[in-house]
Amino acid sequence: MSRQPHNSGFMGGPGRQLRRALVYTTLIAISLVYAAPLLWMLSTSARPADQTMLIPPRLLADPTSRMPEYAQENYSSVWHDPVVNFPLYLRNTLVVSGLAVAGCVISSSIVAYGFARIRWRGRGALFALVLSTMMIPFPVVMAPLYVLFSRIGWVGTFRPLWVPFWFGNAFSIFLLRQFFLTLPKELDEAARIDGCSHWGTFWRIILPLSRPALAVVVLLHFTYMWNDFLAPLIFLTHRDQFTLALGLHLYQSQAGNTPWNLLMAASTMVIAPVLLLFVLTQRTFVQGVAAEGLKE
Amino acid sequence: MARAGRSPARRRRVPPSLVGLAWVSPWLVGFLAFFAVPMALSLYYSLTDYPLLEPPIYVGAQNYRDMLHDGVFRLVLVNTLIYAAFSVPLGTVVALVIAGLLNQRVRGVSLFRAAVFVPTLVPIVASAMVWMWLFNGELGLINQFLIHVVGTTHPPNWLGDKAWALPALVVMSLWVVGQPVVIYLAALQDVPVQLYEAAALDGMGPARRFWHVALPTISPVVLFNVVILTITCWQVFAVPFIMTEGGPDRATYFYTHYLYDNAFLYQKMGYASALAWVQLLIILVLTGVMFLVSRKLVHQRSA
Repeated sequence: MSRQPHNSGFMGGPGRQLRRALVYTTLIAISLVYAAPLLWMLSTSARPADQTMLIPPRLLADPTSRMPEYAQENYSSVWHDPVVNFPLYLRNTLVVSGLAVAGCVISSSIVAYGFARIRWRGRGALFALVLSTMMIPFPVVMAPLYVLFSRIGWVGTFRPLWVPFWFGNAFSIFLLRQFFLTLPKELDEAARIDGCSHWGTFWRIILPLSRPALAVVVLLHFTYMWNDFLAPLIFLTHRDQFTLALGLHLYQSQAGNTPWNLLMAASTMVIAPVLLLFVLTQRTFVQGVAAEGLKE
Repeated sequence: MARAGRSPARRRRVPPSLVGLAWVSPWLVGFLAFFAVPMALSLYYSLTDYPLLEPPIYVGAQNYRDMLHDGVFRLVLVNTLIYAAFSVPLGTVVALVIAGLLNQRVRGVSLFRAAVFVPTLVPIVASAMVWMWLFNGELGLINQFLIHVVGTTHPPNWLGDKAWALPALVVMSLWVVGQPVVIYLAALQDVPVQLYEAAALDGMGPARRFWHVALPTISPVVLFNVVILTITCWQVFAVPFIMTEGGPDRATYFYTHYLYDNAFLYQKMGYASALAWVQLLIILVLTGVMFLVSRKLVHQRSA
């Protein structure tokens, strides 16, 4: 098949350039619309309270040069709030997320190995069961889970939030299994000949080769834990145990009329770590999300 | 050869299905403890009167019968349906259009993609607060834009207005389409170039190529994501819980919120469990219907 040169025929000429200009204009407009809420949040968080009520609104504070000073004032007032203990909530969130992510990665990769690299009867049916649990929303099981956890005294502790993830997580099992399947079979055979058990093959060969997939699981699960609202809302009962998501909700609801600049500063503080993580690992993130959605 | 031939005899004879089961046993245990048992319990609770602090009392199908006469149940059902009926198609179209634009061999794709993807990373509580500020009736950026740029004289008081609160939540849901955009873009990039070239030789413009060539090719991916989006919409909870508390006048009171209130506010675990099973049934039926209806629409890749 011969390739057509780019400038030939109906594709070239001013029409094509006009079209490209149109595509770029639309994309820039869309990006601005999508970025606007967060930019507005940032801008509000770096203004004094009386400057959040200007009509018409202004993007920058007056005088603009004092914005860092305003920002510092707002952020420090949120951080040192006498009622809502953000430093403690940050620590709680890190503890819960850390335990959950560690358990999720360890258990899911073991289970994924069993589904991807060992042939056995019933494997397909059980994997279908794993996939089907992804379709069942959390609200469907939250009431009986609450009963179960309250019976064993786990309500009001961190345990309901992280222990279940030490038994594998369907999304992570799926992602890792897909990745393990792409590794050549010859690896296992070579390892077997060298006397490696399944555990040795898993630990010394499969896992080291799967670092990109493991990174995806860590990132996606960490953001999930960081953002989760419903499970902490149900299972945490004391203020001292709150996560950042709950703390932010408390900060908004308890005062009633907390000024918008402080609310936006608090929101920015909760969002910033996830955004930073995304900026540092954008490719891994995007690949992971694409892999999750392209299953057939 | 000799070494390879010797090793099976030395290995202990463990049936492979046991080895496999052993490797997946962590998931199996978790599935039973945190899924199968709770689901079974929930089915039992749904047949009882269970005020949480007292033991459950068997009442047969009473909870399900109560649902038929529960006006609030009907209200949350309708609200959730309306929300999903707008949010799912609009979100899918928006995501497809953005993915289609990003697929036009543009420079700086990762920057545009990041702008659309970042909102999906924002914790729901934080995005709820940001949008409360944007939707604010007097000072909100949206109404300021409507007054000063569009020229509207009396913009709605969005979250405070019975008629506008639900549409406001639909608008907000369109801000969080980054996941489908990334997925559709990846699927579009997998469409064979020859298909585009053949269509271009037939004289198709870019829009018709997208509609007639790209979309049919990626239709299985679209179907899967529509199903996921529908399930997500049926679960909508945190955003209205924080932004409107179901109001004003229950205009944004949704199914999961009602389930939550029954379980944890009224402590009616029996009724809540019945609601959960009905929700599961609705999701299963919707998923099944979508797969059946689309069997003809979705392009099956020939082997």
